Amino acid sequence: MLKFILRRVLETIPVLLCVAAMTFFMCRLAPGGPFDEDKQVTAEVRELLNKQFNLDQPLHKQFIQYITHLPTLQSFKYPNRTVGEIISQKFPVSAKLGFFAMCIALGLGILFGVIASLRPNTYIDYIPSSLAMIGICLPTFVMGPLLMLVFSLKLGWFPATGWGGFSGDQFFASDMVLPSVTLGFFYAAYISRLTRGGMLDILTQDYIRTAKAKGASGLRVIVKHSLRGGLLPVISFMGPAVAGLIAGSFVIETIFAIPGLGQDFVKSAFNRDYTLVLGVVMFYATLIILLNLIVDILQVTLNPKLKFD
Amino acid sequence: MPLLDVNDLTTYFHTRNGVVRAVDGVSFQLEKGETLGIVGESGSGKSVTCMSMLGLIPQPPGRIEKGTAHFDGTDLLHCSQKELQTIRGRRIAMIFQDPMTSLNPYLRIEDQLIEPLLIHELADKQSARQQALAMLDAVGIQDAASRIRGYPHEFSGGMRQRVMIAMALITKPDVLIADEPTTALDVTVQAQILELIKKEQQELGTAVILITHDLGVVSGFCDRINVMYGGKIVESGPTKEIFYNPQHPYNRALQNSIPALQAKGKELYTIPGMPPDMSKPSAGCSFAPRCEHATDLCTSKPPELQDIGKAHTTACLRVQGENLKP
Repeated sequence: MLKFILRRVLETIPVLLCVAAMTFFMCRLAPGGPFDEDKQVTAEVRELLNKQFNLDQPLHKQFIQYITHLPTLQSFKYPNRTVGEIISQKFPVSAKLGFFAMCIALGLGILFGVIASLRPNTYIDYIPSSLAMIGICLPTFVMGPLLMLVFSLKLGWFPATGWGGFSGDQFFASDMVLPSVTLGFFYAAYISRLTRGGMLDILTQDYIRTAKAKGASGLRVIVKHSLRGGLLPVISFMGPAVAGLIAGSFVIETIFAIPGLGQDFVKSAFNRDYTLVLGVVMFYATLIILLNLIVDILQVTLNPKLKFD
Repeated sequence: MPLLDVNDLTTYFHTRNGVVRAVDGVSFQLEKGETLGIVGESGSGKSVTCMSMLGLIPQPPGRIEKGTAHFDGTDLLHCSQKELQTIRGRRIAMIFQDPMTSLNPYLRIEDQLIEPLLIHELADKQSARQQALAMLDAVGIQDAASRIRGYPHEFSGGMRQRVMIAMALITKPDVLIADEPTTALDVTVQAQILELIKKEQQELGTAVILITHDLGVVSGFCDRINVMYGGKIVESGPTKEIFYNPQHPYNRALQNSIPALQAKGKELYTIPGMPPDMSKPSAGCSFAPRCEHATDLCTSKPPELQDIGKAHTTACLRVQGENLKP
């Protein structure tokens, strides 16, 4: 297993290099530059700026400097802060939102998926399945404002926006509820469909009949004999899902005014903030690769037919 | 009093294409330590009969319409799920046709083997492990101590069926239902598995219900045989009677179609026609359309099982009317 992990980690190096090169050169190919939004400057000032940010050097030298010093490079938009600072400050906010959303997604998704699979094609199946379909079809930018309208403007249960809980020391605050639910519901819908499909597949297997013939109770049949195989599709989905969740969602963060990494990702691209774009992209890429590795390890531990090779 | 007394068991499947009468009024008894064979072609209701007794029929679409199955004072068809769970695996165990799919691929052999003991609280984990090892040894798995840590995919078909037998017998049940235990195995392994069941049965005093479509298997194995056709028992009796004194035309036709008993080079005997469509009830005998002796009466009046001596019963109007001699 150690060998497997080591090889996979080594494999990520060329992948990350490719990602870095493509991001860097595509940014430079895009029209415009980091200072275009500011007011017009004289040629001398521009030259000084270029010098300060090393833009006057040849591209390949810049590239090497970028990939070797990425976390300590300063942002173009916020020159007094480095890329590393921005990510380490914003990521925990997104991660916290993602964590709560993930709990909701897994909890609701697996619960409803299992319930639906136990009585297929009855109303016990149709109700959670149609809810899931709505969850998949309804985009978060519709769902978010809807929840806001009902639960904060009409009922006044939760604050509509804010981030006191997200950046403060509290582990949980009421302003986390609506964004977590909005983000979590979408993934819950997906997970419940995957769970239902996986469980339906397992519950009709011969070995489930064997388990029943041994005298196993209904709960034991589900927990001990079915869930392991039934959740394999969910596990495969978890890699990209977790990465997407904890790395931040631009839409959710914009709707609920949350200062997360997702906002910086999109804004940095608009600002042509060359350093920050590369920093966030590399951070995302590493995260996704890491999570996929964890998922692969989980798959092998859950499915004895798979081996590390 | 028989150990198991099944009376008028009737199981229908309510499908989109109509009601399939899979088991239609089956009655039989099983004595302690006895071996009962249930023979019939695919779809004759053999497996459904036994699965109905253990509540293993998927419901819906299946439904047990009527009947009773008394086992040691409990009616299996009308008791609660909880009661049934205490009987399943502990007092009546079952092994299935396909050992390749009947073991859980995600769990170690050990965990699956000791599960019946743990579910029925017959042993703690430690002693259950010991028993599992001994049982695996008894069913002829070499190097049991290391094999027990393996997963099903590391075992061959024959080995898996041995594991299934070990798992079924680990609680020392009163009844073992073997649903075509050798069908999916190759011929040399078949004999070994049957030997094994016989050996374990003699040691534990278990009664066995052997479901098969292979007459060769039951002839050397069973004390009594029920021949099933179209969801009904059409002939029942001691093994010797069934083989040396077959009465029902279906039973006779079955025996004529055993390839080994026919002269070399001769064209193999087959029963003409197709198995009955179980979703369309027939007014008379369900075998009548394929029977060479059928008369008008056979297609209009349903036959009942009737004793014809020597504990031999048959459900053929012409045999009962004594106008059909073998």
